[in-house]
Amino acid sequence: MTAVDHRSHDHVELDTLARRARWHIVNTVATSKAGHIGGPLSAADLLTALYFRQLRIDPTNPSNPDRDRFILSKGHCAIGLYSVLALRGYFPEEELATFDHGDSRLQGHPDMLLTPGVDASTGSLGQGLSAGAGMALAAKRLEKDFHTWVMVGDGEIEEGMIWETVISAPRFRLDNLTLIIDLNGLQQYGWPRGEGDRFDRSEPMGHVDLEAVFRGFGWQTLSIDGHDWEEILTAYATANERRGVAGTPTVIIANTAKGHGISFTRGTYKWHNGIATTEELELAHSELIAELLLEGNDR
Amino acid sequence: MKAQRVVWGETLAEIASTDPTLVVLDGDLATSTRADIVADKQPDAFIEVGIAEQNMVGMAFGMSTLGYRPWLSTFGVFLTHRAIDQIRMLVSQTKAPVRIAAAYSGLLNGSSGKTHQDIEDFAIMRAMPNMTVIAPADEYEAASVIRWAAEHPGPVYIRFARDAVTPVFPEDHVFEVAKPVAVRNGSDVTLISTGVQTSRTLDAANILAEAGIEAQVIHLATLKPLDDAALLSLIGNQENVVTVEDHSRIGGLGGLVAELLSERGGTRLTRIGLEDRWSESAPNEFLLEKYGLSAERVAESVKASLLITAR
Ligand SMILES: Cc1ncc(C[n+]2csc(CCOP(=O)(O)OP(=O)(O)O)c2C)c(N)n1
Ligand SMILES: [Mg+2]
Repeated sequence: MTAVDHRSHDHVELDTLARRARWHIVNTVATSKAGHIGGPLSAADLLTALYFRQLRIDPTNPSNPDRDRFILSKGHCAIGLYSVLALRGYFPEEELATFDHGDSRLQGHPDMLLTPGVDASTGSLGQGLSAGAGMALAAKRLEKDFHTWVMVGDGEIEEGMIWETVISAPRFRLDNLTLIIDLNGLQQYGWPRGEGDRFDRSEPMGHVDLEAVFRGFGWQTLSIDGHDWEEILTAYATANERRGVAGTPTVIIANTAKGHGISFTRGTYKWHNGIATTEELELAHSELIAELLLEGNDR
Repeated sequence: MKAQRVVWGETLAEIASTDPTLVVLDGDLATSTRADIVADKQPDAFIEVGIAEQNMVGMAFGMSTLGYRPWLSTFGVFLTHRAIDQIRMLVSQTKAPVRIAAAYSGLLNGSSGKTHQDIEDFAIMRAMPNMTVIAPADEYEAASVIRWAAEHPGPVYIRFARDAVTPVFPEDHVFEVAKPVAVRNGSDVTLISTGVQTSRTLDAANILAEAGIEAQVIHLATLKPLDDAALLSLIGNQENVVTVEDHSRIGGLGGLVAELLSERGGTRLTRIGLEDRWSESAPNEFLLEKYGLSAERVAESVKASLLITAR
């Protein structure tokens, strides 16, 4: 554990929030006996920074027409979004316990008609970037100043529909659109890394020079460490500043680790989804929350 | 009890051990569809395509033109919806021997919710010329259907369920394409069912029997092509017919039977299925109860239909 005094107060606060989000993720999925783990955990820092430091939003007025928009295109990571939305005040943290239960506002995949703060329904991979491009284009036509953010997975961008938008967004001069790629190095099954070891899966985009590809299509590209607050916040600010002046959309290629934050889930493909046992939950709690209590950071 | 998907993976691995034309193309869901069994046992027969269903259908078609007989592995919803144009033009219109194995079909898919619940597949696939549409009742019929489909020269759509059900058939059951099968006799009402819903429909018939109502239960594994005459003959002169399906009430089994019965008079048809609205994520028992497909709810609906039938 890094010594506290080396980190700014802001980063300590974000770190605390992200730990609580991660705990909600693993604990809620274990209680509901359904849901994903690895993708929500890899995205937890990116989502926390977005909702607590970047998005111009008001949880008490989730349908404000001028709010920044966020689309979780990798909709199977819903519990990650719900955990951050709850922490941000869109609904009570206790409501997370209804996740995936019948008659709940918190569906297995994000539902814009049910959950306050969800800007687009997702679940079938590959569709969120087009939806975001439509919002960004409408914003331009209506002379609205908001920014639209879309998060996709590195497996998800195997979908052709993503690339239809990658090609067309610069044509529409959508500098008010930012794509965040959660490059966590794993999809659900994918390809084996080498001969013989079927549990060691290869990176979905391991053979692709993503920066070159996006640059070739006319995007601004920013590559960052998706678990480093400074790099995340700087990239968000850079993407946002270009709104209305650059004429090109931005992609943030966030290098993350699937399952990040909990020792036994990190980098393990079988934790794409999974139900933690009581012992695993205890371990996760000790790694995420007990340290906070020691440091006296838990609010 | 075994889930159909496990039977699918095991049977394909077995066929692939002697048949080099069998390949499985996977859309990054092998651990769910259980195509991973093929990947483990017959790695040469397994091709990971990634999260790219439209590409997967196109590649399957292309391989089929060189003698391969490809199976598709992903959730049904991403085939009958995401890749439907590719299935329509490249597979159905060319009669390509591509086997569309729709995993996690219907309402029950492990709490994934409406985005993943394919409750319109029958309506879509039935309407497609050249398509054979099959929904096996249980693990044993699934095994037989898979072996039949592996030899079929044209396109086949097979609806598989995620979770195991109490078997309807004995282990040695042999699937016969197009043939409806009476799985229970009774003269008060005829229940027609398909897929794994037939298991719950049989349970409903047993509940009805306790109330003195003897139901005939007909299982229709093949929705298309259908031996119409055989079905009409099984129905005989029964006036009360009820269809039961884990599908929208529009255009599926109920639609099929309505089309058939409209050509003859004297039958009152009740269609039990999903109302014209989207469902939600929840455990199986909750969904079956709320959306009217549990044995108890089906029995209630059948009783209600008999009450309003002029006898
Ligand atoms: C169109 C479509 N195909 C397949 C799936 C099933 N599925 C859900 S998550 C997943 C893997 C996603 O991998 P990635 O995008 O890398 O997400 P992450 O690693 O962040 O979980 C797949 C194949 C889906 N939801 N939608
Ligand atoms: Mg990934």
